[in-house]
Amino acid sequence: MVSAEKEDIKRRLEEYHKKNVAYIIVLLIIWFIVSLGGILVVKGLNEFTFLGFPFGYYLGAQLSIIVFIIEIFVYAKLMDNLDKKYGFYED
Amino acid sequence: MSNQVIGYLVVFGTFAAFMYIAFSTRAKKADDFYVAGRRIKPLWNGMAVGADWMSAASFISMAGAIAALGYDGLAYIMGWTGGYVVLTLVLAPYLRKFGKYTAPDFIGDRYESQTARAVAIICAITISFTYCVAQVAGAGIIMGRLMGLPMKVAIAIGIVIVVASTVMGGMKSITWTQCAQYIVLIVGYLIPVTALCIKMYGHPLPQLAYGDLLQKIIAKERELNITPLYIEPFTKMSMADMWVLTLVLMIGTAGLPHIMMRFFTTPSVRDARYSAGWALIFIGALYITAPAYAAFQKYVVLYDVIGKPIAQLPEWVAAWGKVGLLKIKDAIELGGNGDGILQFKELDLHRDIVVLSMPEIAQLPYIVSALVAAGGLAAAISTADGLLMVIAAAISHDLYYKMINPNASEATRVYLGKSLIGAFAIIAGIVAAGNIGFIVQIVAWAFSLAAASFFPAIVMGVFDKRTNAYGAGIGMIGGLLITLLYILGVKFGWPVKITPIAGIKDQGAGLFGMAFNFLSCIIISRLTPPPSEKIMDLVDHLRYPKKLTDAHD
Repeated sequence: MVSAEKEDIKRRLEEYHKKNVAYIIVLLIIWFIVSLGGILVVKGLNEFTFLGFPFGYYLGAQLSIIVFIIEIFVYAKLMDNLDKKYGFYED
Repeated sequence: MSNQVIGYLVVFGTFAAFMYIAFSTRAKKADDFYVAGRRIKPLWNGMAVGADWMSAASFISMAGAIAALGYDGLAYIMGWTGGYVVLTLVLAPYLRKFGKYTAPDFIGDRYESQTARAVAIICAITISFTYCVAQVAGAGIIMGRLMGLPMKVAIAIGIVIVVASTVMGGMKSITWTQCAQYIVLIVGYLIPVTALCIKMYGHPLPQLAYGDLLQKIIAKERELNITPLYIEPFTKMSMADMWVLTLVLMIGTAGLPHIMMRFFTTPSVRDARYSAGWALIFIGALYITAPAYAAFQKYVVLYDVIGKPIAQLPEWVAAWGKVGLLKIKDAIELGGNGDGILQFKELDLHRDIVVLSMPEIAQLPYIVSALVAAGGLAAAISTADGLLMVIAAAISHDLYYKMINPNASEATRVYLGKSLIGAFAIIAGIVAAGNIGFIVQIVAWAFSLAAASFFPAIVMGVFDKRTNAYGAGIGMIGGLLITLLYILGVKFGWPVKITPIAGIKDQGAGLFGMAFNFLSCIIISRLTPPPSEKIMDLVDHLRYPKKLTDAHD
């Protein structure tokens, strides 16, 4: 392979990887807040009622899972776009 | 038709369907046998992951654990679902891009080390075998309790079904039987509690209705002076213990070899990402319902059982008392006050009763109980299938082909894999028929072991190019030893007695091993020579999905 082309792939890959890691970090922060963060402040959250549930309990039993599912699909979609932008998209 | 006949028809009807599917998806090629030809689309792979993941314990015991542990039990709910976020973000896409067959494959190739491969093989087999024994035992318990079969007969039937749906097509037939098993298990799980919800609230969404039940439970508990309240956090575990348990379950989930293996089966990296999302939808359907089950049971117990004269208790109480899942201790010699009225403290409930007794509590026809039995069995069998596949692959592919005889033909490897599935299924059955108390205990530790071994070595292998065989090898071995020492020290005071740190019990032991493993990958790798140029290229190759016209592709 020509070295200019190789350099181009290397540069694209580095940028792509950096953005991927940035997405991962943001999504892991959300993942942390709704689950492990929720445990730390559950007593305060239970003061509020949501759909009839004490909110701290609801967060652990249901809302966290819903957020997890959304996060995975959001990541998959974000990566589709990133793959396309950097020419790594698979059909 | 008698109840027993209905039970056999439903359960053996589903078995026949699984075997038919397995028979029509036989495999001869290694690619079909180990990774289902890499043709499984996200929706189906997600469904198969769901059945692979949800075990006998998820099905019969988890709701009961939540009923017993209250908020603290939600560690299992968050831990066993949150793990899929971690899996999607830092593991599954890279394992798929790597494109071989197993987790030990990845470790061995990325670290160019047969020692690291051997450590990974041992971890994979230990974790999967103990977990598999628990599934076989679970199948035996379900058939025993709901169909009245002797435990040993029930286990033998379970083994036959597991082998029949695995041996002919390996991963290919496992995939399609798991999809069918998912449908059976989720239907069996949802019907009883949904029916009770319709009776009580007039709508089929117990997952939303139980907010109201929680308020009623709190009101009744206050009235009867029951403390601590059901929803009160940190009554069974300390905050630190629950926090660490949740974290270890998440990381352990992402690091379990039978789950990782399923992500080798998708056609592309992109499909691996989406299939994790589908998997969590399918898994979430059961996990979001489990706390609802717990609340419905808790409500029924508080309002219909507690405070009633013992002679006038609902029928299901006596029925499950006979099986030994429920004990009434009103008599003075059993520690009660002997007044003939059931007090809260005089009722002793086994965890498994929450799901198993729901059809009777909701006064549903017997066929629903049969569907619950079929669902629980599907959960146990589908998980056992995936685990046996890991063991067969670890021995026939990783150990035999990659370490002992690299010239082995494809037919030999597939034949060896098939024989191993049969052999290990029988061994698991023999162990399960014996004393399984200890095995159930080990399953609880599997997550710690996975979190301390596979997870850091694979994640660092992708995200840190500098991590080398020394860092990862010492990390895995040290991580496992630290985890084992903590478990043994806290649980048995052997070989050294360990006082739990910050109240963290044996189930959270993986935290310490995992921390060591990550530190070792970072620090020891940097004190030793960097990985070869070839490995640096391999890591680059893992980080983007598309195949480019590059030396590696």
